[in-house]
Amino acid sequence: MANQFQSNMPIYIQLVNNFKHRIVSGELDVGSKLESVRDLAISFEVNPNTMQRALAELERDGLVFTERTTGRFITKDKELIVKMRETVAQEIIEQFIQQMKSIGFTDQEAIELFQKKIREGESK
Amino acid sequence: MNGELIDIKNLTKTYPNKTAISNLNLKLDGGHIVGLLGPNGSGKTTLIKIIAGVIKDYSGTVTVNGMAPGPAAKALISYLPDTSYFSGWMCPKDMITLFKDFYPDFDERKCTEMLHRLGLNETQKIKTMSKGMQERFQLCLVMSRNAMIYVLDEPIGGVDPAAREFIMDTILSNYNENATILMSTHLVSDVERIFDTVLFLKEGEIVLQGDIDNIRATEDKSIDQLFREVFKC
Repeated sequence: MANQFQSNMPIYIQLVNNFKHRIVSGELDVGSKLESVRDLAISFEVNPNTMQRALAELERDGLVFTERTTGRFITKDKELIVKMRETVAQEIIEQFIQQMKSIGFTDQEAIELFQKKIREGESK
Repeated sequence: MNGELIDIKNLTKTYPNKTAISNLNLKLDGGHIVGLLGPNGSGKTTLIKIIAGVIKDYSGTVTVNGMAPGPAAKALISYLPDTSYFSGWMCPKDMITLFKDFYPDFDERKCTEMLHRLGLNETQKIKTMSKGMQERFQLCLVMSRNAMIYVLDEPIGGVDPAAREFIMDTILSNYNENATILMSTHLVSDVERIFDTVLFLKEGEIVLQGDIDNIRATEDKSIDQLFREVFKC
């Protein structure tokens, strides 16, 4: 994990994205308990304050909640997770579109290539 | 945290023919890992030595938790110099005894644990250890204190990438959350992840200070890139 950071983007934002990804993909279970800030900071090799900031951000988005004395948990709100999953998907698609444009593909060409690729994947 | 842990006002330090620190002002409070960044000869070691109480002839005021550098302040500061202070005939056990004697906040159990993780033997002579191993052992000693301030002068200077990971891990797992670590380095990209604050030191003056993620966001650059721009030769 440690080397997956892009260094020109705030690390806390990258941590937020990493957690979002793992929450919507189901890698982190609904309602499951998170490790302590310090342990998370160590396993991601980041500053504990940076980790704290990322968790606070997730908390603001409602994806994580704190229970006094027992710790931090992933939200139990499945609807929220479904919504977040869509947002993450939108972001991925936007990136795709932008990148295709930057190498000179029209929307139509991009769609065709995308469909072709998917069909190839299915026939395998 | 009320008041600053480290408060430096109008600090100037000159060596014959050279100004190492020039009218520097700095306030740091607890709970941070601060990167002191600058090229060779920018004054990093001098600044660290002044905070650690090793250099005493300077002008300006320096206070550490409200005290001038001296024995009482030294009791709060765990200092890792950029050179080795071991004698070759000693073994880790001797050093541990020495540290226990010197510093009431030294945690022997913690130190022994780290020693074992390093694969070191308590009775192995220090002169038989590699340079990198000696550096790691010295860091173990320094991080085994429950200090309020850790000043680390180039802790990753001469070690390989795997050892760097061990060192970062050691620093992150052993510092107390209210303590502050001031760590100098010129190997920015390897360690910029563990800082929350950075100071750029150029010819004895602080040219940039701030929250590291805010700097990344406003400059849209990595700290390493920014370093290369600020200190372009």
